[in-house]
Amino acid sequence: MNSAKERLINGIVKENPTFVLMLGMCPTLAVTTSAINGLGMGLTTMVVLALSNVFISLLRGIIPDKVRIPAFIVIIASFVTVVELLLQGFIPFLYEALGIYIPLIVVNCIILGRAEAYAYKNPVLPSLFDGIGMGLGFSAALTCIGAVRELLGAGEIFGIHVMPDSFVPVSIFIMAPGAFFVLAVLTAIQNKVKINGEKKGKDMSKIQSGCNSDCMNCADAGCAHRLYDEKADSGSVEKTEKVTKEDENNG
Amino acid sequence: MSDLMKVSSNPHIRSKTGTSNIMLAVVIALLPAAGFGIYNFGIGALITIVVTVASTVLTEFVFEKICKKKVTIGDYSAVVTGLLLALNIPVSAPWWIGVVGGVFAILVVKMLFGGLGQNFMNPALGARCFLLISFTSIMTNFDCDAYTGATPLADLKNGVDVNILKMVIGKTAGTIGETSMIAIVAGACFLILMGVIDLRIPGSYIVSFVIFISIFGGHGVDFAYISAHLAGGGLMLGAFFMATDYVTRPVTKNGQYLFGILLGILTGIFRIFGPSAEGVSYAIIIGNLLVPLIEKITLPKAFGKGGEKA
Repeated sequence: MNSAKERLINGIVKENPTFVLMLGMCPTLAVTTSAINGLGMGLTTMVVLALSNVFISLLRGIIPDKVRIPAFIVIIASFVTVVELLLQGFIPFLYEALGIYIPLIVVNCIILGRAEAYAYKNPVLPSLFDGIGMGLGFSAALTCIGAVRELLGAGEIFGIHVMPDSFVPVSIFIMAPGAFFVLAVLTAIQNKVKINGEKKGKDMSKIQSGCNSDCMNCADAGCAHRLYDEKADSGSVEKTEKVTKEDENNG
Repeated sequence: MSDLMKVSSNPHIRSKTGTSNIMLAVVIALLPAAGFGIYNFGIGALITIVVTVASTVLTEFVFEKICKKKVTIGDYSAVVTGLLLALNIPVSAPWWIGVVGGVFAILVVKMLFGGLGQNFMNPALGARCFLLISFTSIMTNFDCDAYTGATPLADLKNGVDVNILKMVIGKTAGTIGETSMIAIVAGACFLILMGVIDLRIPGSYIVSFVIFISIFGGHGVDFAYISAHLAGGGLMLGAFFMATDYVTRPVTKNGQYLFGILLGILTGIFRIFGPSAEGVSYAIIIGNLLVPLIEKITLPKAFGKGGEKA
């Protein structure tokens, strides 16, 4: 069960899909107008993610490599339909609030990303816990963003009025721009915590993503460092210089 | 000997004009509008201006202290931001509106993007739009001791008759600094004489706006209607003081004309077809966002390049 624990921590902290991998931005920005919406979206995604990870892992010997993406989508879409109907039947207020973003879970890049990067290559049980871990990380992030936006934009958390009466709600926070502000600030804060911890010489391996900056040989296709990494950039510059030197030698 | 034989790399001619001189000139040029605002709306306007300017300067100071950067409040750019923002706030707004706007302008729009010269959007306008979206009812409440009711621009949109002479002088409802066309243009003339701004952006902005409302305004070439549109709202303040912001305007000459024309058309669209009466701030912000693209298509060709098609 050690790998299960490792997968859970990896999903919630080390490679948190929202704050570290920067995946699934569309629902993150769109539905987090309140804490309850964020939590609902996160848990809905978690259920779909865990189930689709299990099935893709089970079928990984059967699905041909060339058509794996359509096969993933079919599996994911089936679970999304199941979850959507369940939500409509049993939690109608959440179904109303999330609206179009429930069917859109099909194309949520966290689910497809985990299917491609993890479940397709690993056994069933770790895949299940990878799905649950990622889903919990996503839920936690969405709930945080939703809570901050709801607090500033409406003076409430989970619908309970917490701010003093003299507080004037800053309604931009429950509109689209507020999502960007809150996401950026929360990401900055968690990066600050990690960097500070590293500077003080604490053992950050538990919460830092296990990146060795060697993107060429890394299996994690959804890693945030792929998109922007200074070390990798300077490395590639050195490499080109090397190549030119070799060319000169050859010439 | 050493004075005569001084060897240095170019540029060899240096101007004494620095950021602080230019910003100080802008502050002086804004004083007539601010002064008229205080005369027109009373002591409340002075309080709003002081609070807003203090909050922008203090935010910049505190941020730079915390981040252990060089303190740049001496270049007066924060003062300009604060003053412009204050002139865009109605006098009826509570004092904390200025503080929230000032902190947002400096912290989010300017400092987080790297400070003066790096911000992609005019900080004062960014903060004004933030306040307008967040506190719509406060920011559009123009009732005060001196005036009640709608701004002349809102009257114009609803087909109510407006007094153009009062609009030009500025004895109307509105935000603190936008009402008096005379005071703003006087300040702008000072800036033009000082060589701080030129007429490229304001000129093309106003001309294209006039053409747009002549075609789509529904009044044809009606002198009274056009002059009411020019004198009302934030058009003059925006055209002369915000669209010409060095950081957020295009650097190429043709780009500046294009920028002005774009602003004129956008302002016309927002004022005539949009739900609210005013649209200058949104027009300039959208224009700011398009500046990199405008510069890209108006980049002059280097000498000797592009003569022949390969």
